Amino acid sequence: MALLSKEASLALVQQVHRLIGMKNGVAPHDAPRPRPQRNAPRPGAERFDVIVVGAGPAGSAAALVAARAGLKVLLLERGEYPGAKNVSGAAFYGSAILHDLIPNWWEQAPVERYLTRRVLAFMTAETSVAIDFRTTRFAEPPYNGFSILRPKFDRWFADQAVAAGAFLLNAAVVDEVLWEDDQVVGVRVRRDEGDLRADVVIACDGANSFLAKNAGLQREFHAHEMSLGVKEVLALDEAIIRERFHLHDNDGLAIEYIGAITEEVSGGGFLYTNRDSLSLGVIGQISSLAEHKRRPYELLETFKRHPAVAPLVRGGRVREYSAHIIPEAGWNMLPKLYTGGMLVAGDAAALCFVAGLYLEGINYAIQSGIAAGETAVAAHQERDFSARSLARYVERLRARHVITDFANYRHAPALVNSPRLQNLYPEIIAAGAEQVFRVNGGPKRKLLPIALEALRRAQVSPVHVLQDALQAGRSFGW
Amino acid sequence: MVSIPLEERMRTVRFKVDDQPHIVVNAAVCAKCSVRACVYVCPANLFVPLDDGGILFNYEECFECGTCYIACNQEGAIQWSYPRGGYGVTFREA
Repeated sequence: MALLSKEASLALVQQVHRLIGMKNGVAPHDAPRPRPQRNAPRPGAERFDVIVVGAGPAGSAAALVAARAGLKVLLLERGEYPGAKNVSGAAFYGSAILHDLIPNWWEQAPVERYLTRRVLAFMTAETSVAIDFRTTRFAEPPYNGFSILRPKFDRWFADQAVAAGAFLLNAAVVDEVLWEDDQVVGVRVRRDEGDLRADVVIACDGANSFLAKNAGLQREFHAHEMSLGVKEVLALDEAIIRERFHLHDNDGLAIEYIGAITEEVSGGGFLYTNRDSLSLGVIGQISSLAEHKRRPYELLETFKRHPAVAPLVRGGRVREYSAHIIPEAGWNMLPKLYTGGMLVAGDAAALCFVAGLYLEGINYAIQSGIAAGETAVAAHQERDFSARSLARYVERLRARHVITDFANYRHAPALVNSPRLQNLYPEIIAAGAEQVFRVNGGPKRKLLPIALEALRRAQVSPVHVLQDALQAGRSFGW
Repeated sequence: MVSIPLEERMRTVRFKVDDQPHIVVNAAVCAKCSVRACVYVCPANLFVPLDDGGILFNYEECFECGTCYIACNQEGAIQWSYPRGGYGVTFREA
């Protein structure tokens, strides 16, 4: 198939955007559920310019931007401290983005290691075939990414918002937004006298996005759209980590595993080096876990026992176990991103980019948080908090390549979660590699017959392979 | 040890338990459910099937991840909200 010219493919993308209603900033989704009762704030509620719900990366970025502009900002966190409820792998690939906001942020933030090495491993039960990327160019400021521990990083980031003038209130859980006519005018914190007013509410309350659902901006999720990640932090001596993973100093690596690592369950595994610990875990599509009746922590054990993984984690002592969900359906599960008086950012807006080669979210959280903060600031300058005014949030997300990334890769999640890609192709790659490398006195065979035989043995028609290749091209290639 | 049983693994996590449950399971609905996805998907193994067809549920060591109510295909079986502010799981490393 001939590749489209750059202009033609751009025109195609634009046409698709028009067709699926992106002009309105509204991603296609099921009919929203019946709108919950709309409560108005009680009289005497305290008033803020901006209330940000959730002090994760999106919320702290939004609060920081709004507070720097001189607005009266309240940042609400339901945990004991920011980050107390938050879990990621965590590899944070948005260093340059944060550098724009807080120059040389890595010099003061609790980072673990800057990531110079990325490995993508295709696994079967006994074999692994890996692409190993390593560059010293990621070892130079502003770096490409860092391994981080979220409770520490998020706490630091929220402190930056506080230093810029935002008020942080911990242990404050918000269940609903407050309305006057068609305008969101505040939130109800679950405590006495909990009504708080704001011109703009920015919902950054995470992957379950209760606030977006409460405001009628997001629907309920399907179990195939969400994955569960379970994770352990394994304590390991710093010197051992350096030796074992061939690291120089404070550099680090991120390994992502696909294939039989989660057995028949759709998902994958990851392993990141921290300063004196490893973060490792498995991710499984919730519908797939349920269908195959597999328990996530048992998959985690299987993962750690894999012959390619066991030597990497040997001697590690479990420091903490954790779990979190990941919105994985990308474009197809984006909520309506704004309404009068309200914006949605980060995981609450399902801005997780999970597509085989990519496993990103914190970068999009910060990008969307900045965009939401800037939108709130502009709305205050014009004293216009209507949906029309806040619609410019979508423009800002587009300018920051958030919306465009999700639109361009809208076919990727379904492809990545397909059984052939999940298990069959890693199997074929591993079996093929074994044939190539095995020397047993037989004749050397060329690659095509090896590949065709592997396909025949797996009972996959070359037509399916072509279809998948085309789909992969459409998802990742052009 | 690298490999440890779930109970031991759960002991590495700090929970500040609220006296009010943040998840309520409707036993009548569960009794009629044959899928029981919650039993398998919960990362803390908080849903235990009983011999009489019911589900024993313990909210105390909940990660607040939401997997159970997303997996549950029985309308109204799992009422889910976050615990009160400051309660529930507190990660230190995650």
